[in-house]
Amino acid sequence: MVIEGLLYTKDHEWARIDADVATIGITDYAQQMLGELVFVELPRIGKQCAGGDELAVVESTKAANDIFAPVAGKVIEVNDELESQPELVNQDCYNAGWICKLQITDVKSVESLMDSKQYEEYLAGR
Amino acid sequence: MPFISNTPAQREQMLAEIGLSMDELFDDIPPHLKAGEFDLPRGLSEQETRNRLMELAQKNATHLTCFLGGGFYDHFIPAAVDAIVSRSEFYTAYTPYQPELSQGVLQAIYEFQSMICRLTEMEVANASLYDGGTALYEAMMMALRITGRNKVIVDDSVNPIYRVMIHSYTQNLKIELDQTHCQDGLANHDRILQMIDDKTAAVIVQNPNFFGCIDEFSDIADAAHDKGALLIVSTYPLSLGILKTPAAMGADIVTGEGQSLGIPMSFGGPYLGFMASAKRYVRKMPGRIVGETLDASARKAYVLTLQAREQHIRRDKATSNICSNEALCALTALVYLSLLGKEGLKETAQLCADKANYAYKRLTAIPGVVPHFRGKWFFNEFVLDLPCEAADVIAKLIEKRFAAGFPLGRYYDGMENSILISVTEKRTKQEIGMLAEALESVL
Amino acid sequence: MRLVFEKSVPGRRAVRTAPTDVPRISMRSDLLRQEPANLPELSELDVVRHFTELSRRNFGVDNNFYPLGSCTMKYNPKVAEHIASYPGFADLHPLLPQLRMGGMLTQGALRVLHEIDLLLCEITGMARFTTQPLAGAHGELTGMMIMAAYHREQGNKKTTVLIPDSAHGTNPASAAIAGYRVVSIPSSENGVMDVETIKQYLNDEVAGLMLTCPNTLGLFNPHVKDICDLIHGVDGLTYYDGANLNAIVGKARPGDFGFDIVHLNLHKTFATPHGGGGPGAGPVGVKKELVPFLPVSVVTKRDDGTYALQYDRPKSIGYIAPFYGNFGVVLKAYVYILMLGKEGLRRVAENAVLNANYVKEKLKGHYRIAFDRLCKHECVFTISERMAQNGIRAADIAKALIDKGFHPPTVYFPTIVTEAMMIEPTETESKETLDSFVEAMIEIAEQAENEPEKLKAAPTTTVVCRPNETAAAKNLNIACSIIESPAC
Repeated sequence: MVIEGLLYTKDHEWARIDADVATIGITDYAQQMLGELVFVELPRIGKQCAGGDELAVVESTKAANDIFAPVAGKVIEVNDELESQPELVNQDCYNAGWICKLQITDVKSVESLMDSKQYEEYLAGR
Repeated sequence: MPFISNTPAQREQMLAEIGLSMDELFDDIPPHLKAGEFDLPRGLSEQETRNRLMELAQKNATHLTCFLGGGFYDHFIPAAVDAIVSRSEFYTAYTPYQPELSQGVLQAIYEFQSMICRLTEMEVANASLYDGGTALYEAMMMALRITGRNKVIVDDSVNPIYRVMIHSYTQNLKIELDQTHCQDGLANHDRILQMIDDKTAAVIVQNPNFFGCIDEFSDIADAAHDKGALLIVSTYPLSLGILKTPAAMGADIVTGEGQSLGIPMSFGGPYLGFMASAKRYVRKMPGRIVGETLDASARKAYVLTLQAREQHIRRDKATSNICSNEALCALTALVYLSLLGKEGLKETAQLCADKANYAYKRLTAIPGVVPHFRGKWFFNEFVLDLPCEAADVIAKLIEKRFAAGFPLGRYYDGMENSILISVTEKRTKQEIGMLAEALESVL
Repeated sequence: MRLVFEKSVPGRRAVRTAPTDVPRISMRSDLLRQEPANLPELSELDVVRHFTELSRRNFGVDNNFYPLGSCTMKYNPKVAEHIASYPGFADLHPLLPQLRMGGMLTQGALRVLHEIDLLLCEITGMARFTTQPLAGAHGELTGMMIMAAYHREQGNKKTTVLIPDSAHGTNPASAAIAGYRVVSIPSSENGVMDVETIKQYLNDEVAGLMLTCPNTLGLFNPHVKDICDLIHGVDGLTYYDGANLNAIVGKARPGDFGFDIVHLNLHKTFATPHGGGGPGAGPVGVKKELVPFLPVSVVTKRDDGTYALQYDRPKSIGYIAPFYGNFGVVLKAYVYILMLGKEGLRRVAENAVLNANYVKEKLKGHYRIAFDRLCKHECVFTISERMAQNGIRAADIAKALIDKGFHPPTVYFPTIVTEAMMIEPTETESKETLDSFVEAMIEIAEQAENEPEKLKAAPTTTVVCRPNETAAAKNLNIACSIIESPAC
């Protein structure tokens, strides 16, 4: 499942851009590949990152994957709910399962992201 | 052929069935990469092997009364320990990858982790690391990951062998290792407190320290925590039968060498590294961890857990590269602690302290033999100054059938006349008296 | 089964300590623990029964066939255990050689260390071994530290280590903690590292390559020497992961392939028991030019025939273990090599490879083989399409094997094969055992294709069935401690 209106990366992160704030999560494809999550390592608030930097880690019993920052920015909010309920990412990856919010510091970094159509094509080509 | 079940006839039959010759089975190795004749001896029968190895074993000194410690001790081991650990369902198994066939080892590791938590009063422990030295190095790496910093303070009252190991491991890494020089037998608290700053990842200390002295680190813990740094304490698990626990001093990570818990000295290994920490750091911990869960029919079961930290999943981003650990040694320690029990452990630790204190009094009564550190409490080891070079005296005492202690000049400048003497519960008043007489006679 | 703590009865004792013959001291109370450590209170019989019961819930090579791929679960000779318990070895204090003239107190042990060095050099074609590394992964780290020390000495600024995607996870982990960046090389279509592929990854940054050969698919790379030459061409070093040496021992030598550094897993090739997770031993051998970098100390033989430890090694990477490695384990491997001798050692690889190819051929029609080629010590299968359609996974096959009395193969590794099942029979197993295993595997394959729901319930003969690993990781309970669980 791919949602229209979000932007996507080749590493299967999504970003919802709202003015200069990007909400970040992982896609439905990613959560399915990982299986039931047992832990999400959230970033520190205030962390600065360039696009592509390691932002968070999601863990299932059989895999652990880095979440890379889709855009350059500073972490301003994290989804604390995931500390006790990592399964929210499996249940509702595009809404309740969001991971963190970034204050975008480099607008240009948004340009390299795929829209939903491009991401669907990317998935189909895999 | 030894240890091969198939007969030549069976081999021929199998080769015929798969339609290949023995040579053809190795056709994928290019001829120029095949080895010629190996320069190796002919194989020996079991009888020949045992005779030869018994001869070698007898060339090792087993006649010495042992007062040598330095982190590795001659403790008493009950016969039941070996009887249990020799069960081949335990020792011929691999790592418990299939929980249904490995509940024995898995539950034992869970119990071992619990024992370490109870001994140290820490919240979580792992399934074991190689030895006390690598455990301390792993603790340091864990502190770097937790804090995201790269400065580490190590006091030189920490076992010098462990300090040189840490030094080796950090040669190719961007880590600043600062060493403080111990003060009057204890860690240099004043200097450490001054040095801790907001770049410090961890302070590494040991209790009882290499000189056997008993330290207290609450002040260092507080100062470290104030600056967001961690306190790592390397400990001697048997001493925790009576001594204040690292947790009670505010330690964040505790490591140690478990050899004292029923494991023979075996010329340096296999030994048992252990690690315990506060629960909030468990995902940064290296090594295997066993957890309790339920099976499909809601029966209690044990499994390897938090595996996503480990090398087989996380590869170059794993918390450590460790794969095989010291599971059988962890089982040994668990059995030992179960046999000693609450009272037995306390009594054994108390006996070590009693006998060491007796030996200290007896030996310092010898003219010319004086304590190196005055008025310090020690557990089962202490430092004496001799009127001449300690290495010489120790060599002379070997002739009198004593491994009398360790010459500290080997690791500490200016301590050429100092000897580190260790006394375990195995030593008797009579043996201590004989050591005193022998020492007096060679001075 | 109840925990050892739950069997505790206040006041019960097992071991009685010897009566004290010296005065009791009382220390300053602020140095002492307030409450005694909450250990269980049991009789010796309680303890023996508890652990005997636990042992019955465990499975070792002595129980039955244990074809766990890449782990080389061969028979562990009893005589080695017997010898390791000789007081002359078991009770030997490791600091004795550091005393003046102390080396003379440990001549037997030093001779074992010296001779296994020579034997391993001959077996692998290296110039010198250290027995210090305490396990295979520890050997890898030691090897990477030697690689780094060599480049430091040469003044090379190299940052990356190349590792094939089929490698054990310990390879990238070891390279990373030694300070290197890891570059993963994809396997070619025939399952091994391709010469043309590796050329694309070569540059001046490359410090070296880590390679397992035969690799984790059980395939020998015929171009291994060319690959080593290419790495040497950029002034890199080559590292041989000896996890799979059992396939070629006595037949071919990594030193002849062009490897500069080698580690061996004594608990695999050299039959020392794995202890349910360890201890292992991972000796590292190097070519002549790298000998100065080996860890402190090394054993040398003097002109008078006595043995000594050499500590003065200015170029050494230093101490990586407190003493001479897991001596007890090294000793057992020494015993094994002595008993095998030249002929026996060659028979190891021959029988290991024969057994693996026999199983491969017998199972080929029933499971999908990952790479249908001559294999070495192990073969990798995956599930058939029909099984996959039935929702059967490699884990289901594994669990069904348990009900038939066998330990399952390694599953889900190597990760480059989906639903991998990696079978390593080892040389010590008989044709009858292999035949009964094959028969069991075929029965399971038929079930997987025709009655898949039955497999999903397996195993039914064990004390537990498919523990919930997700729950274990989420509701973490890893210690029954006073703090965590007051009920205990």
